[in-house]
Amino acid sequence: MSIQAVRLFRKLDGLFAVYKPQGVHWKLVRDTVESHLLKELNSCPPPPPRLTVQFQLLSSGENRSSTDLTLSPSMVPSLADHPQVTGPQFHKVHVGIGQRLDAFSSGVLVLGLGKANGLLEHLCKAHVTRDYTLEGEFGKATDNFCHTGRVIEKTTYDHVTQDKLERVLAMIQGTNQKALIMYSQVDLQTQEAYELALKGLLYPHGKSPPILTGLRCIHFNPPHFTLEVQCLNETQKYLRKLIHEVGLELRTSAVCSGVRRTRDGPFTVENALTRQQWTTDNIIQAIANFRSTTRKIRKSGIYRQTAAQSNTSIQEQKSKGHDDAQNFSCDTMVDRESDETRDEERTKF
Amino acid sequence: MHLCQRCVFVFRCGRISAAVQQSTRILHQRSHDTRSTAAMLQPSHKQLPVHNLSQKYNRETWRPCGMHLRALSSSVQNNSSHLTQKKDENHCVTYDSSDLHQESSQASLSNTHNIGLDAGVRPSPFQEICEEEAVRIQVPSALPPVSFTLRPYVDKSETLSKLVQLGVELWKLEQRPNVGSMLVKLDFHADVAPRLLFLKDLGVEEPKLGSLLTKNPFILTESLENLEARVAYLRSKKFSAQSVAAMVSKAPYLLNFSVKRLDNRLGFFQQQLGLSSEKTQNLVIRLPKLLCGSLEPVKENLKVCELEFGFRENEIRHIVTTVPKVLLANKRKLTEIFDFVHNTMGIPHSLIAKFPQVLNAKFLRIRERHLFLEYLSRAQYQPSQPSYISLDRLVFLPDEIFCSDVALASLEDFEQFQKTL
Repeated sequence: MSIQAVRLFRKLDGLFAVYKPQGVHWKLVRDTVESHLLKELNSCPPPPPRLTVQFQLLSSGENRSSTDLTLSPSMVPSLADHPQVTGPQFHKVHVGIGQRLDAFSSGVLVLGLGKANGLLEHLCKAHVTRDYTLEGEFGKATDNFCHTGRVIEKTTYDHVTQDKLERVLAMIQGTNQKALIMYSQVDLQTQEAYELALKGLLYPHGKSPPILTGLRCIHFNPPHFTLEVQCLNETQKYLRKLIHEVGLELRTSAVCSGVRRTRDGPFTVENALTRQQWTTDNIIQAIANFRSTTRKIRKSGIYRQTAAQSNTSIQEQKSKGHDDAQNFSCDTMVDRESDETRDEERTKF
Repeated sequence: MHLCQRCVFVFRCGRISAAVQQSTRILHQRSHDTRSTAAMLQPSHKQLPVHNLSQKYNRETWRPCGMHLRALSSSVQNNSSHLTQKKDENHCVTYDSSDLHQESSQASLSNTHNIGLDAGVRPSPFQEICEEEAVRIQVPSALPPVSFTLRPYVDKSETLSKLVQLGVELWKLEQRPNVGSMLVKLDFHADVAPRLLFLKDLGVEEPKLGSLLTKNPFILTESLENLEARVAYLRSKKFSAQSVAAMVSKAPYLLNFSVKRLDNRLGFFQQQLGLSSEKTQNLVIRLPKLLCGSLEPVKENLKVCELEFGFRENEIRHIVTTVPKVLLANKRKLTEIFDFVHNTMGIPHSLIAKFPQVLNAKFLRIRERHLFLEYLSRAQYQPSQPSYISLDRLVFLPDEIFCSDVALASLEDFEQFQKTL
């Protein structure tokens, strides 16, 4: 492999976010990005071919004008190193993928290159929260909760008002809050637990079902409505089912007409790359933009391993909460971060 | 090229004349084959295509150098009698039957045994030997008998090196099963050169020969009479010479199909689409792949256009002559695009038939651009009303020009909008 190609390959190391269009399988996105990178890498000039000694019948010397052919050695580039014989320098680039998005949804999709592929697992396991925008439509119910599915029933929705909807959302948020407390395995009677709950740093331990930490209605225009959701450990099908359940609670039926992920942990939609930007230069720039967040994920991953060994639940909560702290888009985020860094420093020593 | 100590010494002595020098070099390679292959024959790998090398051409006569080689050739028996004489060609690839393997292995095993057991009798390298003995020297070949790539054989094989010089991508061909072995088997002057000259006479340009052979290496094994018959048939159907050359460049497998099949295809398109012979010709010249593939997907696509989409006969004819690719398009994707354009964008059949390029475009592109125009309330596709946007401008323009001329917005706005979809 040539030096230029190797240098370019070394630069492709890190995490970046991509905006997945709706209707496209996540694998196609990953394969497209990989093929663009491979095209760029293989366009670098190939290494020079080896020179081999070949004995060729050449006319001996310029002095003699006779047609006397003798075998004389000469250094000839070997055809075995010709790019048409060896093929392209790179056949594969490992592009890892973070939390997947199914074909119906669109939004932020985290991809990893090189060494950062190992961090993707950290990101998934670190229980980071994700922001979604769900678009719903009252009046019908389908078999797969999408507006493109087979319609099972149709209902009226004239009785639905915004405050009824808000009440139902508040009830759902309440049940989810209780679930969060239960799964974080924290005794709410203690002072520390109370402080964590106050700051919003409660966290599920181990496996948990999908939990919504935030839910509100952005737009209400019957039959269409839009919800904003912050959740942990979810799947897109669960979110579509949520819309269906909201409809059921309001004694009507609802289908989901769009699931859009606006944030996946520290990766937001502002820095995600659109389809036209899936080129090597843009990807390298995006990796540079996300370098600090990548470093933080790596550090938190290592810290979690050492904290697990020391075996204190509160420490673990704090370390995981460090991730969460950056993710919550709240007003007190700055204070929380400064608190957390102080806490981290204290618990490190 | 690999020369052992003895041969270098022999050459330096200058005892052998120039004519025999060439033969000795070739002999070398022949004897390399003879010795090495039998000793190193391995069972070939099941998944990867493997190019086998085994001994052959041991009974041949060499035109410029007559007597010396016959003495050598008696060492191993060979079944194949159809092999022609070669000058530089020294590779032969066969999937030999087991008995040939055994035969050859027995023969050369005996040779190896002779050399091994008579170690004392072997002369020292510095001893001078006569010409006949020098000619009978057997040196093991440096070429592997079995290989997953064509790299070890390229330098030594005239066919392969000439193909590389033409521009054929050997790395693509060696991945296909059996093709690599077939290429190594070919003789340049007997097989490859006549067909290359034939293609050149046909009018295929030299830069395109490489890609043609990369896509269809089997043109080199098709018999010349068949190829000429097919070209004669196409000429008889009033295709001009340049158009035949263009068709062959675009659809490399064209000349591998029989005359009957080509006739069948041409008849089908003329009859089904109801086009005149000239229009059928134009259609086929634009997309010669139609003559190569199966007709079932084409029939299905035509049925879909007629029944599902509801286009009339003349509309289908116009669409197909403007955009022939619709006949070979994926049915599901075609339906998706049509559904969006007709139902969501609200464009009637007549307008779609007027701009059939829309059916050939990428669905995501159409969707994003239409939604952007709708967001800017500039989605106006009726020709009768002002600020009308034609479908081909919607689809064909690159992003920057689309944003500046059609949508009257900036590229950043378009990207921001894409992230809200």
